Amino acid sequence: MKEKKLMKGNEAFAEAAIRGGCSLYFGYPITPQNEIPEYMSRELHKVGGTFAQAESELAAINMAYGGALTGKHVFISSSSPGIALMQEGMSFLASAEVPLVIMNVSRGGPGVGGIQPGQGDYRQVTKGGGNGDYHVPVFAPASIQESVDIIYEAVPIADEYRNPVMVLVDGMLGQMMEPVVLPPIRRQITSEEIAQKKPWALTGHKGERTHNVVKSLRLKPDELEKHNIHLEDKYKKMKRELIRYQTDRLQGATVVFVAFGTMSRIINEAVDHLEKAGIKAGIIRPISLWPFPDQAFDEIDPCTKVIISAELSLGQMMEDIKSAVAGRFPVELIYRVGGMVPTPMEVADKTKKILEVIA
Amino acid sequence: MKKIFEYTKGMLPVSTHYCPGCTHGIAHRLVMEVLEERGLLGESIGVAPIGCSILSHNYMNVDMCESAHGRAPAVASGIRRAMPDKIVFTYQGDGDLASIGAGEIVHAAHRGEKFTTIFVNNAIYGMTGGQMAPTTLIGQKSTTGIEGRKKEISGMPLRVAEMLATIDGAVFVERVALNTPANIRKAKKAIDKAFAVQEKRLGFSFVEVLSTCPTNWGLNPVESLKWLGKNMIPYYPLGNLRSPEEVE
Repeated sequence: MKEKKLMKGNEAFAEAAIRGGCSLYFGYPITPQNEIPEYMSRELHKVGGTFAQAESELAAINMAYGGALTGKHVFISSSSPGIALMQEGMSFLASAEVPLVIMNVSRGGPGVGGIQPGQGDYRQVTKGGGNGDYHVPVFAPASIQESVDIIYEAVPIADEYRNPVMVLVDGMLGQMMEPVVLPPIRRQITSEEIAQKKPWALTGHKGERTHNVVKSLRLKPDELEKHNIHLEDKYKKMKRELIRYQTDRLQGATVVFVAFGTMSRIINEAVDHLEKAGIKAGIIRPISLWPFPDQAFDEIDPCTKVIISAELSLGQMMEDIKSAVAGRFPVELIYRVGGMVPTPMEVADKTKKILEVIA
Repeated sequence: MKKIFEYTKGMLPVSTHYCPGCTHGIAHRLVMEVLEERGLLGESIGVAPIGCSILSHNYMNVDMCESAHGRAPAVASGIRRAMPDKIVFTYQGDGDLASIGAGEIVHAAHRGEKFTTIFVNNAIYGMTGGQMAPTTLIGQKSTTGIEGRKKEISGMPLRVAEMLATIDGAVFVERVALNTPANIRKAKKAIDKAFAVQEKRLGFSFVEVLSTCPTNWGLNPVESLKWLGKNMIPYYPLGNLRSPEEVE
């Protein structure tokens, strides 16, 4: 039987990356994810890996780029304002087609904001905060176990698409403790495997092949357009292959909530409260935020009166919901921001008020 | 007949995009000659900056990557951590290194990262068309300072080699120039020592190479070499600032 351990979110995330085969970590201190670099500084060298504390998030993601372009598996983490600083790097890595797993333990914004949980990063991570036509797949788990599983899986996903992949949780998941079953240790990639599977990697040509170049600059418009279309083909493939979501109790639901991460756990309880009050409610939980699970909305029962985006942000996800719903149902918003988190009762009360207005 | 000169295998047999009289070509060749002579071409990974030399990977016969503006030392730090057995270097201009990348170079030196930086200082932004750099001399004209750099507005030009020489981790720091054959020979010696320092993993090694930019200086190639000697060297004195015993 697999061993179940009680672990703090951030430490479990770091351990999942190590077990996933990541041998390099670069980070800069920022709350609420500091336990990740702390854990990495203690543990990574034990598996032959390397931890380095960068002078900034800007440097951290560029160190990660340097590490990853040698073919090794790299993990980095930060929180919202730090992720904003890393956006230049994400655009660059997407352009240069270098894989990387990025953990974002998000907090309230804008600006420095606060250090309590928030989902105000939705737009910056799903719409690409960096320049140009690119995407970074974003997975938003709702428990420590799911986070661990997704981080572990993100390592091969990043490799497969040669693109950065982000795992987004809020500070609540980073700071709380839950029982978790850790995945088995995946062997770190060897230089032979790099030579075979990543012929583009910079490893020194040894006089045995022409020199490799990892680059982003394409000065000729026709060449850049071709590259853009090549990248777009990958993004279309991601849209076919990486969509993840869960639905629950959609059949006969009067109201359907859409929520991810910590908010989805609150909604699960709110749905119970509403049921006791005689209101049938269902839930769509997007796990992939990009690509957004548009098809989940085709499963909504036509009897549904309203769809409610439940967010720790001010309607950022609602834009994607409205696009997916395409006018079939009214879409409303229930939110708390600034690090405030609603209680299930609060959500249930707000839902009742919304239903009164609609009915 | 005895062959007395051979083109280095470190440079690919292609024409460069550099302007006539630009000394990037010399600097490229010196670095590649050193790596070839040390038998390191196949073991090296280079990091190109943003600036004219972003395309250096088209000419240098080593595995190379481009980096975002100023971030080459961070990228090289990542490569170094991933590949402890390889030779790693950055090749950066003064806009890239002394301005937008000032933080990255200082902290790479501060951590004593075991790679080599070749810093090509031509006192101006070349690729973007002649704007003022932190290294632009007082009175030197640029497209963002058409009357010449003024201390009151832009401060004094930054002496990067001297600044880095104050950092413990920067164990080898030297400034050289490419304006005369004698100086070019000295430049090669300094670059060779910088890589010797790296081969011995003694710490961060840094060579500032005073270079010309005839196009943006508005001078012909010969005048540019003279201008470098007359104006740059007095403000940016040549010589070694730090060198470990092991390479002397």
